[in-house]
Order: sequence, then structure tokens, then C-alpha cells
Amino acid sequence: MQLLYFGWVRTKIGTSRETLDPPAEITDVRGLVEWLKQRGDGYQEALQDLETIRVAVNQDMADLDAAVTPGDEVALFPPMTGG
Amino acid sequence: MIKVQEQDFDIGAELASLTDGNKAVGGLGCFVGLVRDMANDEQISSMTLEHYPGMTEKQLTTIEAEARDRWPLQDVLIIHRYGRLEPGDRIVLVATTSAHREAALESCHFLIDWLKTKAPFWKLEESDSGENWVAARNSDDDAADRWDRAK
Repeated sequence: MQLLYFGWVRTKIGTSRETLDPPAEITDVRGLVEWLKQRGDGYQEALQDLETIRVAVNQDMADLDAAVTPGDEVALFPPMTGG
Repeated sequence: MIKVQEQDFDIGAELASLTDGNKAVGGLGCFVGLVRDMANDEQISSMTLEHYPGMTEKQLTTIEAEARDRWPLQDVLIIHRYGRLEPGDRIVLVATTSAHREAALESCHFLIDWLKTKAPFWKLEESDSGENWVAARNSDDDAADRWDRAK
């Protein structure tokens, strides 16, 4: 699974992208985020408040209940500030 | 048309190319966003825009299609820059053309409101006190939501 991070999610986690192989029981975004939080303090800090996290699965906006599968591109980021 | 680019753009040339040769256009609405020199009472030295290549183009294309669906438009142009910018630099150009002014002005306003909350960009400001990620504002969500209700 391709993970992408932007904005302060990226700076707190310390990388902009990585390829990870979550366990098979991870089937939705919520489960994925909880699993990521176990990976270290940076992840824990970046993802502690889910209210402030936005998610895209395969470049489409998704919510925490959205399904994820091993081939997906999942991006986690703060609320967008375009314009 | 969507352009996501690092380099600056020439407002005059871009607007001229949008209307040249199209005599059905009666009005052009446009908005240009610039980097301000102050934020939270602090002097800003630079603003770096990060974006999500691929998704940015996808979202902007969707937003353009939505505008064309809502108003009778001749053309739509969205240019959004990324990378390191300084106060006074241009960030974004939104321009719409139509037979009449209402469609051009309203759709332009709609597009810039939507860009604020739905285009995957993040802004990092640099000042004397360090680097600071610009937080999304509730008022921007409200501005975008207004168009949801108007739909």
C-alpha cells in the first residue's frame, strides 16, 4: 500500500511517502490510521486528533469508514488550504 | 482549462487568450490571489505551497466541470501555482467567460470558494518566528457550503 503524507502530517511523520504492508485485518481507513499510530511517536502525534485529518483513497476524498486494500494509494493530510 | 505550475503567469496574456476569437463572450470574470506580507500580525518572508500531484489536477478538473454544469460558460481557466513564493507573488488565477456578466462573476466566485477547501494545497509560511502551516479557516468552509445550499 502506498501511503502519502502532506502538510504538517508529513512534517510530523517525517516522510512524504512510503510503501507499507499492513496486516490483512486492516480493511478500512480507521483501522489503517490506528495501525499507523503504533509505528512511532511522529505518527502518534500527527494522527492523534482524527477531527483534523483528511483522507484520500486513490486520489478521491474518503472518510474514515472507507475501505482500503493492499494496492491502494492512501493519502493523509490536514484540511486543504487552496486558492 | 487547468494549469498547475511552479512558474508565474501573465494575467493579461492569459485573459486575452481566453477571449481572443470568441465573439460569443460578453463578459469575463476573474480573480487573482496573491501572497500577503502579513499573517497573524507577523511579517511573512515566504509562503511555500505544497500540493498532491495527480489529485490536484483531478480535483480542479472536477471543480471546473461543476462550474460548467451550473452556469452557461464559454470557457474556464484555473491556474494554480506551487513551490516557494514571496509577498506580492501571484498564487492563483481563476477566469470564466460567458455571454453575460452574472454567469461569469458568480461562477468565478464559486470556483475560488471551492478551491479554498477542496483543492489539495497546503501553505507553509515563513516569518522571523519560524515556519508555520496555514490553518484552514471555518469561514472558508462556510463560503464553500453556501454554494452547496444554492445548488
